[in-house]
Amino acid sequence: MKTTPHLDVRNLTMAYGDTVIQENLTFEVQHGEVFVIMGGSGCGKSTLLRHLVGLMHPADGTILVDGIDLWKASMEERNRIISHSGVLYQSGALWSSLTLAENIELPLAEYTELTPKQIDEVISYKLSLVGLAGFEDYYPSEISGGMQKRAGLARAMALDPDILFFDEPSAGLDPVSARLLDDLILELRDSLDTTVVIVSHELASIFTVGDNSIFLDPDQKTIIASGPPKQLLDSCKDERVRKFLTRAA
Amino acid sequence: MPNEMLDKYRLTASADQLCLQFAGDWRFQDGLPEAEPLLQQLRSHPAGRLSFDSQNLGKWDTGLMTFLVQLLAECSERKIPVDQSGLPGGVQKLLSLAHAVPERQGARRKVLGMPILTKIGNITIEMHRNWSDLLYFIGQIFFGLLNLLRGRARFRYSDLLYQIECAGPMALAIITLISTLVGMILAFVGAVQLRLFGAQIFIADLVGLGMAREMGAMMTAIIMAGRTGAAYAAQLGTMQVNEEIDAFKTMGISPIEFLVLPRLLALSLTMPLLCLYADFMGIFGGAVVSATMLDISFFQYYQQVQSAVPLKHFIIGVIKACIFGVLVATAGCFRGMQCGRSASAVGFAATKAVVTSIVLIIVADAIVTIACQILGV
Ligand SMILES: Nc1ncnc2c1ncn2[C@@H]1O[C@H](COP(=O)(O)OP(=O)(O)OP(=O)(O)O)[C@@H](O)[C@H]1O
Ligand SMILES: [Mg+2]
Repeated sequence: MKTTPHLDVRNLTMAYGDTVIQENLTFEVQHGEVFVIMGGSGCGKSTLLRHLVGLMHPADGTILVDGIDLWKASMEERNRIISHSGVLYQSGALWSSLTLAENIELPLAEYTELTPKQIDEVISYKLSLVGLAGFEDYYPSEISGGMQKRAGLARAMALDPDILFFDEPSAGLDPVSARLLDDLILELRDSLDTTVVIVSHELASIFTVGDNSIFLDPDQKTIIASGPPKQLLDSCKDERVRKFLTRAA
Repeated sequence: MPNEMLDKYRLTASADQLCLQFAGDWRFQDGLPEAEPLLQQLRSHPAGRLSFDSQNLGKWDTGLMTFLVQLLAECSERKIPVDQSGLPGGVQKLLSLAHAVPERQGARRKVLGMPILTKIGNITIEMHRNWSDLLYFIGQIFFGLLNLLRGRARFRYSDLLYQIECAGPMALAIITLISTLVGMILAFVGAVQLRLFGAQIFIADLVGLGMAREMGAMMTAIIMAGRTGAAYAAQLGTMQVNEEIDAFKTMGISPIEFLVLPRLLALSLTMPLLCLYADFMGIFGGAVVSATMLDISFFQYYQQVQSAVPLKHFIIGVIKACIFGVLVATAGCFRGMQCGRSASAVGFAATKAVVTSIVLIIVADAIVTIACQILGV
């Protein structure tokens, strides 16, 4: 059992210019767990994800990935950490001038020694994992929104990263696909020991996959509850968290 | 293939049983064995049950999975029964997830090279479609203008003012720089020749006529094509990508009236003014060169210009500028509205907008010049 947490966030304050979005966030994400970030729309979940993957500089506080501070690490260390993580953006963010196959191929060609034929095999396997077998030669603009989301997922998983960040992966998916996605996330965790950080509003999915979670509040601007989602449902006293988890009006 | 790769699996055959043993780590970051030799080995054996032994299997990831997917595809094609129970539980689950959604019928595409005749045909059809699209677009603009005259066009006057600001005052700096330099260049080129005849003073005629009738309007139009026409194409193109244009349509708001008309009006209003400004800046540039190189005083130069360049030349220049303004705005907006749904399509739209504008400007200039010739103005 590794002792350093995969992600260690201490007293993080996030801001756009002078506008503070969230402050004093402290939490840990352990290796091989599915960690859910919850909170109402606009409370800063996507912003938190952008901090965790090193796209935004914290206004205050530190983020350690495997014990290393991304913003103090050397260029090589930073690149190594970043190449071991995969991100699914809220809007998919597929490269629109490349086909789905080329989208997934780019990181594979960049970071592995595989032959072109093997890369093709990896691509078609990844696409079949997200239910897009046969769509290799489509451009992102030629497939539906939910399909773009799933293709983004396949790209995020291209290198079998140690840690995956998903921003609302099941938004725009039908219930069956959403269910398959949950199975996939659990399988990634169990078989490949992948750490998964998910932003999600999907209650069913939160309770199925979530090992641990935090709940952000836009008014208080900090974490108002944390713990395994099921436990929060059973024992959390906070009105806002209860409403969210039970869909009460 | 390096030897260690060969040690990663072994196929043993007995009676009607085939057993595939895995050994070592199967991670694709470290490279993978090719599947082909194994598939050939399979083909050479009589079809029997295939089972797996993964006791010596080390760490694995997608590398093992892709290898297995190829193997299983071959087996199902050759109807070899497969017993997956020897595989680790996670592998079995991931395999079943990969097959959970069957490939959609007819989704797969064949990527084929196109024969040259097909290409030529496609380009021709494309060109034809472009023209009819353009005509349709012009027709829509016409109806938009009619609505505007009847006071029924739906657009915001604040938009119009904003577009005027973008296309007018904000372009002044670049227009000043370019037209002054063009005036100076004209004067330089002329000065050398005219000095030979001692006809220095006619430098004012050259610069004045050249700027007022031709260069003022032309330079302004080309600057505005690169600056504002391209911006229009990129703005509307991005809105097309984000489905904002569709949102206008489904709201019952005509994107032509709301987006194109303000831009078209703004550019048609500012272009003549910019052109006049450019004329004067060019003539001023000529004056500076005359004063420094030919010792012609500003006052002499001014009087010479006044007598040599009657008002009609300025008017012709301004009329040209009006026409160019309409052309640049139309080309920019048309390419923007025509834009595809990707980032590179926006780039194409901007490029095409500039190319189309410049071609149209030159052609229109030629037509106006010939018309003036015939009319004798
Ligand atoms: N680029 C930006 N500049 C300034 N403020 C921003 C920017 N992006 C987001 N914000 C603000 O930050 C806050 C959090 O945004 P964020 O996108 O992180 O929300 P979210 O929790 O992901 O919401 P949702 O669930 O709707 O995706 C919002 O109030 C938003 O107004
Ligand atoms: Mg978000």
